[in-house]
Amino acid sequence: MSEITPSQTVGPFFAYGLSPKGRAQWDPNGSYSWKETVGDNLITPDAAGQKIRIEGRITDGDGVQISDAMIEIWQADSQGRYLHARGEAPRPNAKFTGFGRSATDKEGIFSFDTIKPGVVPGPNGKPQAPHIVFCIFSRGMLRQVYTRLYFSDEATNATDAILNLVPAGRRGTLIAHKEAGTEPPRYRFDIRVQGDNETVFFDI
Amino acid sequence: MSLIYPKESLSAYPAHLSPGYRSTAKRSPSKPLIIVPHTLSELTGPAFGHDAVQEGDADLTKQHKGEPLGERIIVHGQVLDEDKRPVPDTLVEIWQANACGRYVHIVDQHPAPLDPNFTGAGRTITDKNGYYKFITVKPGAYPWGNHRNAWRPNHIHFSVFGESFLTRLVTQMYFPGDYLFPYDPIFNSVTDEKARARMVSTFDLENTIPDWALCFRWDIVLRGREQTPLDNDEH
Ligand SMILES: [Fe+3]
Repeated sequence: MSEITPSQTVGPFFAYGLSPKGRAQWDPNGSYSWKETVGDNLITPDAAGQKIRIEGRITDGDGVQISDAMIEIWQADSQGRYLHARGEAPRPNAKFTGFGRSATDKEGIFSFDTIKPGVVPGPNGKPQAPHIVFCIFSRGMLRQVYTRLYFSDEATNATDAILNLVPAGRRGTLIAHKEAGTEPPRYRFDIRVQGDNETVFFDI
Repeated sequence: MSLIYPKESLSAYPAHLSPGYRSTAKRSPSKPLIIVPHTLSELTGPAFGHDAVQEGDADLTKQHKGEPLGERIIVHGQVLDEDKRPVPDTLVEIWQANACGRYVHIVDQHPAPLDPNFTGAGRTITDKNGYYKFITVKPGAYPWGNHRNAWRPNHIHFSVFGESFLTRLVTQMYFPGDYLFPYDPIFNSVTDEKARARMVSTFDLENTIPDWALCFRWDIVLRGREQTPLDNDEH
């Protein structure tokens, strides 16, 4: 029998503790005076790979922006390695953690500056298409929800084992679209928590 | 498909949609969640800059020139997994209202005073035994707009990581014997009484420091890996 501690909502007021810096700028006067632990810019000077920007808007069942959401991402580096194993040998882009956190602003917008992830192993040893795991918290969410971001310009999406578990008609909600003429490339990834074209969330 | 982190553990969690908490109505998924195997992407865990966490960050009473008003308290405990193994070296972050029930956040409209000597944010990293400790003041109860005369029980918000992105937990720690428990839809969104009790700290007289601070003990239990050996080809 499970005896884990239950989840509760992050509530509306987390930003000064969890996300004091970053694009949301909930701290116009600098009064929170708190160095952030994890921010929305993952790019380190030593990070190898394609720099990208991810931007999106999170909306509720009425299509209204969620201005008090916290989005966390977890991803591999450009060579498909997760910074997890403790004590592993140093590597060229060792400072790139692959972990980011963005509070939404008043318009419900979040963003990340990061590196496009490489290919990581998946079920049955088959490679997964490049993707980023998203974990979403907000006021009105008693527990987090997980989703994944895939890239519109990756042909391997067609054979990705996880994407193929999603009904074809809903797969599009997991695809971030590369915006034309942006440098570094910008990908648009909107999240609809509920309703028409609801984003696919995973039961993990 | 065998999952390394059993999902049955999540039965203690509140439902996404919990009508008593009105904001869940439009912020809960309406379509079924898609069941997927746990891959390396889920089984690895967030790495973060330990260097951002400094020694004094766990003492919320020493972040300003003077001491904050309110009852000084110690909140401590262990982060464990569900097999009762300590979770060492993991980030624990907290945020809370001041003693009057007011948050520093600019959106908080409660007409209770701010305390110039209290921000209400703290963080620490568990030691090798999964142990953490904060010094703070007891947060006040505060009103919110969910229904007429809705007041939140005293609570401290907690954010914890654990061994993987799957064990991520954001929750709230409550104080023993709070008279607001029966009326709070967030607390009661956890429908199992025993599970609710796991969100409530216990008064810790043994570690209360004479003439200085009351102490509360709260252990946090995260999802754990099943003990059975892994078969990598099974997924
Ligand atoms: Fe609160």
